[in-house]
Amino acid sequence: MEKFILAFLVGGAICMLGQLLMDVFRLTPAHMTVSLVVAGAVLGGLGLYEPLIKFAGAGASVPISSFGNSLVSGALAEAERNGIVGVLTGIFEVTSAGISSAIIFGFIASLLFKPKG
Amino acid sequence: MLAGRQSWLFRNRPVILATGVTGGPFEAAGALPNDFDVLHDDIWLGQTSFEKAEKKLLEEACEKAIHKAGLKKDDIHFFFSGDLMNQIISSSFTARTLGIPYFGLFGACSSSMESLSLAAFVVNAGGARFALAATSSHNGAVNKQYRYPTEYGAQLPPTAQWTVTGAGAALLAAEGPGPRVTMATIGRIVDMGISDPFNMGAAMAPAAVDTIESHFRDFQLDASYYDLIATGDLGKVGHAIAGDLLQKHGLAIPGEKFTDCGLLIYKDDQPVMAGASGCACSAVVTYGHLLNRLRRGELRRILVVATGALLSPLSYQQKESIPCIAHAVAIEREDG
Repeated sequence: MEKFILAFLVGGAICMLGQLLMDVFRLTPAHMTVSLVVAGAVLGGLGLYEPLIKFAGAGASVPISSFGNSLVSGALAEAERNGIVGVLTGIFEVTSAGISSAIIFGFIASLLFKPKG
Repeated sequence: MLAGRQSWLFRNRPVILATGVTGGPFEAAGALPNDFDVLHDDIWLGQTSFEKAEKKLLEEACEKAIHKAGLKKDDIHFFFSGDLMNQIISSSFTARTLGIPYFGLFGACSSSMESLSLAAFVVNAGGARFALAATSSHNGAVNKQYRYPTEYGAQLPPTAQWTVTGAGAALLAAEGPGPRVTMATIGRIVDMGISDPFNMGAAMAPAAVDTIESHFRDFQLDASYYDLIATGDLGKVGHAIAGDLLQKHGLAIPGEKFTDCGLLIYKDDQPVMAGASGCACSAVVTYGHLLNRLRRGELRRILVVATGALLSPLSYQQKESIPCIAHAVAIEREDG
């Protein structure tokens, strides 16, 4: 039960931050999303995002900030194995499933459905 | 002809011989379905894109107006039209279909009264026996170009407005039965520094007030001359601001005489946030609802102040503020 509550609180806090970025700081939805990705990447680079995932589970791994963390951790892991070029080859390693499925499922949806306006 | 600083008095009183008003399913479910000539139950109108659907709405409105007046396309001397699409494609493509000599205008949502005032000027001066003024907008096409595609699912703030899917056309003639276009006041750009495209009503309200003030000054009139003064698409937020500004300028218009087309077209329970907007908003409400009320004798003299926000998606992304404009046209009963 405690796990659920922590996930709810941390995930909810990240989403509330996103809502505040739009409502108070007048960011567009795209700018808000990118800001959260960058924040996740910075926290990941500093080694702070993994502990957050351990602490809150899905509350930290589901929001878009987790995508930034995955970008950086993939790049760092690959850089350790293959040197500096690994930064380039590793950046989409962990995230490739997410990116590929976004493209493929987006494409399938566009074939099957028509915008309702 | 020229009256005061920025107005025209039409001594020959050009006639609105007929109008054509078309709309989509959301308008059919709105507050004024009986004031439309054609209502569609599909926002695609059987076309393959929203842009093509908008062009169809405009073509239909123009053809309806010409048909109702008992005329043929070849009888119309000039066609004045504007819309919100890039390079005003809805208007130009409709002009291609109609084959009528054409003036393409861009006044954003003020296009309805911009085109009507110019058409009236030309007819009044003897430059045409028949002229057509029209404009259109389409919710899906406008969201795609100016905001976010609907499928993107972006949240809208409560100040956002709902673009009308529809088109309105007015056929002006030198003589004949019908309401008369008697005066027009051309607005200047007013920019109060608002840059939020989801709060157009607030951005445009000062432009509407500036034009109303100029109109009263140029003709030495006050609000008592009119039975109704309707702004174009200020919505709830802009309408309240305009009311306050008019009061501050000592020109308070009584509440029952002052309305906004963006508050009339939809029902309260429709999810339109602050109200309606779009080129078609003032066009369909004026050429449908308001002219019908004029014909029924419920109103004798009205002033329509169509408001336009002259931003582009690019200017907004580059953090420019929104230049706004409003054009006012007075329409009166023939016996008024």
